[in-house]
Amino acid sequence: MKIKENTGYKVFLVVNTIIMILISAATLYPFLYLVSQSFSSEKAIISGHVGLIPKEFNIKTYVYVLTKGDFLKFYKNTVIYAFVGTILSLTFSSMLGYALSKTEIKLMKYLTPFVIFTMYFGGGLIPNYVLVVRLGLKNTIAAFILPMMISTYYVLLMKSFFAGTPKDLEEAGELDGLDKFGVFIRIVLPLSKPIIATMTLFYAVMYWNNWYQAFLYLRKEKWPVAYYLQTIIRGQGANDQDAQSVATNIKSCAMVLTVLPIICVYPFIQKYYVQGMMLGGVKE
Amino acid sequence: MSKMGNSRKELKNPNYRYSWRSVFSHHFLRNWQIYVMLIVPVVYYIVFRYVPMFGNIIAFRKYRAGGNLFGSGKLTLRYFQQFTKDKSFWRAFRNTLTLNITYLLFRFPLTLIFALLINEIRNLHWKKFVQTVSYLPHFISMVIVCGMIKELVSTGGPINSLIVALGGQPIQFLAVAKYFVGIFTISGVWQSIGWGTILYLAAMSNINPSLYEAAAVDGAGHFQRVWHITLPSILPTITTLLILDIGGLVGSGGAFEKVFLLYNPMIYSSADIVSTYVYRMGIGSGNYSYATAVGLFEGLINLVLLTIANVTSKKLTQSSLF
Repeated sequence: MKIKENTGYKVFLVVNTIIMILISAATLYPFLYLVSQSFSSEKAIISGHVGLIPKEFNIKTYVYVLTKGDFLKFYKNTVIYAFVGTILSLTFSSMLGYALSKTEIKLMKYLTPFVIFTMYFGGGLIPNYVLVVRLGLKNTIAAFILPMMISTYYVLLMKSFFAGTPKDLEEAGELDGLDKFGVFIRIVLPLSKPIIATMTLFYAVMYWNNWYQAFLYLRKEKWPVAYYLQTIIRGQGANDQDAQSVATNIKSCAMVLTVLPIICVYPFIQKYYVQGMMLGGVKE
Repeated sequence: MSKMGNSRKELKNPNYRYSWRSVFSHHFLRNWQIYVMLIVPVVYYIVFRYVPMFGNIIAFRKYRAGGNLFGSGKLTLRYFQQFTKDKSFWRAFRNTLTLNITYLLFRFPLTLIFALLINEIRNLHWKKFVQTVSYLPHFISMVIVCGMIKELVSTGGPINSLIVALGGQPIQFLAVAKYFVGIFTISGVWQSIGWGTILYLAAMSNINPSLYEAAAVDGAGHFQRVWHITLPSILPTITTLLILDIGGLVGSGGAFEKVFLLYNPMIYSSADIVSTYVYRMGIGSGNYSYATAVGLFEGLINLVLLTIANVTSKKLTQSSLF
C-alpha cells in the first residue's frame, strides 16, 4: 500500500541525502588526500598547496616505489604471511567450529566454555611475549602467525553457521558412504560459502594489517609492509630505533599501494560478511 | 582391528546388550574423525591461550629474562604493592577510563542515528553505496589510519591550513596533551560508525512491514513511525550493545594500537593508557613481573565487568555475548 507523504518528510529526505553525501565525503577524504599526495611532487607538498587535486602531477613516485627501495620486499613478505596465515587460520578455525557445532557429542559441552573463556580472560601482553620468546619463535614467521592464528570470535561465528547446516544432508552423505571428513569437506564446506568467504576476508585483512607481532618479534628483513609503513610514518628522531625518514609522497604512495588490495576486494564480499556478522547476533 | 570386528558383530545383533565399553567404542568409531579435527585446535588453545593465562603467575613471582616461563622463587604481592603506589599507573588508569568513556559517549548515539538515517534511504543503489563506503575504514590497518591522522593534523596539513586561512596560528595537535581525547574520539568515530550500523540495520530489516502500514492507517507520520515502531523494535539490540560496551570500558584492547602509534612522551599525561604503560614497563624496561601485575589487575577488572554486563544483558534482553 502507498504511505502518504507530507512536505516535512520530503524536506527530511533532501536533508538526509545531504548528510549521507557529507559522511561519505568525510570517510573518503583521507584516502583521496593520500592519493593526491602520492601523485604530487615533494616540493608541492612541502609548500603546502596539495589538496584533493595533485600538484605537479607525476607517476615518478610510483615508479620509484615499485622498482627501487625496500617496499616490494616487505610487500612480498606481507603477501606470504597473509596467504600462509589465512590458510592455517581457515583450516583450524573451521575444523574447531565444525566440531563444536556437533552438540550431540558430549565433549563439546565442556570444550565450548573452554574455548569461550579465552575471550573473557587471557595472558596479558607480557606472558604472551615471554611465551613466544621462550618457544624460540623470535624472528620466525611462526611468531607472526601463531599468536593470532585462531580467533575465538570467528570460531563462534563459524560454529553458528555450521549448526544451521541441514542435518539430513549430512546423514544422507554418511549413507552414501562418506566418513566424517568426507561429510565435512564434500557436503558441509560447499554449503558454507558465505561464512568461508567472510572468514577468508577477515583473516586475510587481519594478517595484512598486522604490524604489532612484527614490531615485537621480527628483524628488518622479515618485516611485513604494515610495520615498514609504521617505521617510515614515525620518521627520524622518534623514540624508535627502527624509524626512518622518507619523503611524504613516497610515504603516501606506499600507503595507497598497501590499502589498494583491500579496497578492491571488500565491496564484493559485502553481502556475505553482513550476513556473517548477523550470525553472531550481538556477539561482538 | 579385532575391536572393530567386535563392534560390527554387536551392531548386527539387535539383542546384544551393549556394555559401557562397546557403547564407548561404537561412539568413538563413529566420531573419531571429529576428535582428530580437534587435536590441533585444542593443543593450540592450551599452548597459546592457557599457558599465557597461567603465565600470569609471574605477577607473583620473579621472572628473569630467559628463565622459567612461570617465574621462580617465593610467591609475593610485592609487585602489586609497587604499582598501586605508582602515580604513573593511576594516571594511565584514569586516561584509559577518560578515553573509553568519551569515545563511547560519542560513538554510541552517532552510530544509532547513522543507522536510522541509512534506513530511511529510498534509493537502494545509493543506500548500498553509502554502506560500502562507510565500512571501508573498518578494514584499514591502524598503522595507515594513524598515518592519515598524522598527515591531517600536521603543521602543513589541511586542518592547520584551514586554521591559518581563518587567521589563526598553526597548532601541533599531537604535541599538546589536551587535544588527544578529541583526536582519539573523532578518528575512532570515523573508523567505526559504518561498521557499527550492521547489527542495527539487520534488526531493522526484521521489523514486520505491516506494523508500519497499520501505523500509517492510524494516521502516524513518518517520524512517529520511527519513534513508535523502529526504535522499540531494535531496543533489545541497543540495550545489549550498550551493556556490552560498558562492560568493556576498562579494557584497553582496542585502544592500545591507536594510542601506541600516536602518543609520545609530550602527551603521556593524557594519552598513556594501562596497556601502553604495561608495554613500556615490561618489554621497554624489562620489569616483567611488575608489568604483568599491572596487566593482570586490568584483566581481572575487565573479567568482572564483562561478566556483570553479560549477566545483565541476558536478564534484560535474553541476548548475550555468549
